[in-house]
Amino acid sequence: LAVEKKIGVVNYGVGNLASVGNALSKLEVDHVFLDEPNKFSSVDKLILPGVGAFSIAMEELRDRGMLDELLRYVENSDRQLLGICLGMQLLLSESCENGNYEGLNLLSGSVETFNNVVEDLPIPNIGWCYINKKLKESKLLSDLTEEQLCFYFVHGYYCKLVEQNVVSATLNYGVNIDVVIEHNNIFGCQFHPEKSQASGLKVLNNFISI
Amino acid sequence: MQTKRIIPVLFIQNGLIVRSEGFTNHQIIGNVISQAHRYDEWNVDELIYVDITKDKNYDARRDDHRIKSYTSIEDIIKAVSKVCFMPLTIGGGIRNIDDIAMRIESGADKVLLNTAVSSKPDLIKEAALRFGSQAIVVSVDYRVVDKKALCYTEFGLRNTGIELSGWLEKCEELGAGEIFLHAIDRDGMSDGFDIDVISKVVSKSKLPIISCGGAGMEEDFLDVFEQTNVSAAAAGNYFHFTESSYPRLKKFLKESNVYVRS
Repeated sequence: LAVEKKIGVVNYGVGNLASVGNALSKLEVDHVFLDEPNKFSSVDKLILPGVGAFSIAMEELRDRGMLDELLRYVENSDRQLLGICLGMQLLLSESCENGNYEGLNLLSGSVETFNNVVEDLPIPNIGWCYINKKLKESKLLSDLTEEQLCFYFVHGYYCKLVEQNVVSATLNYGVNIDVVIEHNNIFGCQFHPEKSQASGLKVLNNFISI
Repeated sequence: MQTKRIIPVLFIQNGLIVRSEGFTNHQIIGNVISQAHRYDEWNVDELIYVDITKDKNYDARRDDHRIKSYTSIEDIIKAVSKVCFMPLTIGGGIRNIDDIAMRIESGADKVLLNTAVSSKPDLIKEAALRFGSQAIVVSVDYRVVDKKALCYTEFGLRNTGIELSGWLEKCEELGAGEIFLHAIDRDGMSDGFDIDVISKVVSKSKLPIISCGGAGMEEDFLDVFEQTNVSAAAAGNYFHFTESSYPRLKKFLKESNVYVRS
């Protein structure tokens, strides 16, 4: 499937960009790794990946001058942003990971810890989970059957949105957590689509096709 | 809800996939990339590659076997990660933080640490801080000696004398993300998973545990998931020689009410 769109993958020193790139190559999508904020405006959509600690990721974005540029990027509603895993968590207002830190605040909500909340389940949540799609229309999950709604997760913290109408899917991992969010041009998924076989590639393709 | 993972383990020796028995006998069974394609088609949950090359000689002499071999683990990871859209764990020959960085930068999602961390446990901490705990799987090879589970290193040759339970506690403290629990005595033996040790470990540890060693029949997987709360079961030989073994196993487990991904 050839799409005439250019996707930018934000490279801010956090996470395994190669696998996101490999997935986009597999989908035959034109993409570029962006390590300079002034290049953001050259792409049609942005993917914000991320693995590791929340505070470090925010610091890296700030130090590289990418924080303001990200916020400016999504002011234009024709351009979309997809946060993956930690990248999704960064979209929220705040996180309690190793302290209290402000996020990009594109969506109201907080990042919470599984510790002391979840008992009898391993922490972090590492593995394939079936998610619960909400009744609302979802662009990211469109054309996926119930059987295909299984994705690869790796996380010790989870998102809790204030407005539940921006949540497209949840997961019960000892506690109900928000795992797919979409609001106007802001998108996020807690799982790793680039590591979730055909289902994940479909989600990425859905994002690209928006 | 989280599903139980089934993970094929592939052993690489001199750039080729080999079968392993008792950690010592190895027989060449194929090319690294063609095997990766096969597992990708089977829609596996995850793949673990363990490089057991001892002399770091990625041998091109094997070309007479009409099987292409690779010259470095870096090339192997890069090539495999281009065709695998599933979590990829790489182990073997990792001695320091630079070895870990190279593997992750080449496309590995996680690394499997064993011998290096038994002599330098702080490498777990250093690696977890730099790459995140989720990327650090500690592989623990053990044998049961006089009813005690003891840790081994150097491909199962060296008895460290360290008790399994204490070592696992330490790994958790230092920031390991997962434990790969490998029963040496059962490697290639096909006589079932080590249910006793696995259930003890799982009940004590907060970390996800991947059990490996002893899978010979579909029922062995059913037993380990029914009798323990283990997160994942891994096997090497089991998947190599039987046609469609992986999808058939998934189907069997699903029909037996084990919660797996289809």
